[in-house]
Amino acid sequence: MKKIEAIVRPFKVDDVKEAIAALGLKGMTVTEVKGFGRQGGHKEVYRGAEYQVDFIAKTKIEIVVEAERVPEVLEAVRNSALTGKVGDGKIFVTSVDEVVRIRTGETGLDAI
Amino acid sequence: MNAADTSFILICAALVMFMTPGLALFYAGMARNKNVLGTIMQSFVMLGLVSIIWAVIGYTLAFGDDIGGIIGGMNFFALDGVGIDTLNSPADNLPHLLFMIFQGMFAVITPALITGAFAERMKFKALLIFSSLWIIFVYAPMCHWVWGGGWMGERGALDFAGGAVVHMSSGAAALAACLVIGKRKGYGKRSFIPHNLPMTLLGAGILWFGWFGFNAGSALAANGIAANAFVTTHLGAAAGLLGWLLAESLHGGKATTLGAASGAVAGLVAITPAAGFVTPMAAILIGFGGGIICYGGILLKSILKYDDSLDVVGIHGLGGTWGAIATGLFASIGAEGLFYGNPAQLWIQLESVVCTWGYCFVMSWILLKAVDAVCGLRVSEEAESIGLDVAEHSEAGYQF
Repeated sequence: MKKIEAIVRPFKVDDVKEAIAALGLKGMTVTEVKGFGRQGGHKEVYRGAEYQVDFIAKTKIEIVVEAERVPEVLEAVRNSALTGKVGDGKIFVTSVDEVVRIRTGETGLDAI
Repeated sequence: MNAADTSFILICAALVMFMTPGLALFYAGMARNKNVLGTIMQSFVMLGLVSIIWAVIGYTLAFGDDIGGIIGGMNFFALDGVGIDTLNSPADNLPHLLFMIFQGMFAVITPALITGAFAERMKFKALLIFSSLWIIFVYAPMCHWVWGGGWMGERGALDFAGGAVVHMSSGAAALAACLVIGKRKGYGKRSFIPHNLPMTLLGAGILWFGWFGFNAGSALAANGIAANAFVTTHLGAAAGLLGWLLAESLHGGKATTLGAASGAVAGLVAITPAAGFVTPMAAILIGFGGGIICYGGILLKSILKYDDSLDVVGIHGLGGTWGAIATGLFASIGAEGLFYGNPAQLWIQLESVVCTWGYCFVMSWILLKAVDAVCGLRVSEEAESIGLDVAEHSEAGYQF
């Protein structure tokens, strides 16, 4: 099992959700986060004074899937989150040792 | 007594009262979220504190029998002889009590204006002591000089609704305050970003609304002068908004909402001393100039390196100064300025500017130093980091 963690632009979240739903996957976790990568921050101007705002609002989407499905999920997330401009975000894939469904006690792939 | 005038000024007094909570929102939106209540409180508390001081002693010092052109006597102490009829009223068409409370609303908002200079770092206790002393030793004499039969008014200085009494005086006190109290912790190194600009815009809207009572009411009658002041006030604010946005767009590239709110207030400040003396078209020039000049004013603090948190010097100080000078240029109703063949008026206006700045700055400086010696002006470093809401009031504006 793998966890796919995608940091995307907030306004792209609905597109990503629809692309993932179209693959028949059920369930994801979404978190509002702040950070910066190569895009850096942005400038805000208040009464003529410029302030550098380092952390930009992004959304983190987490999905756990069986390992074989990773390539198609990566493609779906990337295509749906893409604008082509700096700041589109990143996707991380990590291994997941175990999953437990709290209600039934099922584990492994059955619990996803 | 005149019923129409009385009803009009009753409503105007209420409008001016509404400016103080409006100012509280205007300022609080520009503060950081940990100081939202502390900043609101610094304005709101004046409704309690100054109202009482004004009724007991401020009013008599401002409008009591003149003593040498400098100060009013104690004949109206604790509102003695200030009653429901016009007896002894400076405005013989209004109940004396109404004149007193209309003036009292001006007294309430003036020290509230100053608080923008030291927002986010002043002790609440020190604020109360300083503001009480300031009303007695700075505001009341200024008010007497200009409106209470004192020397400035006698020399012919024009100040329709408080360019010197309210705006220049608070601007000069603000400059003294930010120099005495020092910069906020981290100023120049960290960002001090307004936490809620919609709140600031709402506050600016309330100020604009209340200002109609401030300026039109200063005619002290429901008449054509009041109508003129209403129109010049509105056009001055409108032009100030546009002037600021123009300057900001040319200088910074974009028109901001904070700029629109600031420009409207700058226009309102600038037209205040002139409101009843100039035509609507002159008001547009004065407001537009106010917007541009005050935009320049707020850039001064980064050049001169003082921390005037919410730009009281740049907006009220410079805006009031420009308005006083512009009155000497454009006055044409009931008085003539330079452009209407009376250069002497401009000279008198300049004299009033220098004296107002000089007196208010020096006196405010002395009062601030005195309060600092007695109980300290500034909160501890730790309290400043936590924010005034929790540190000074044990409350938080927002529960996340």
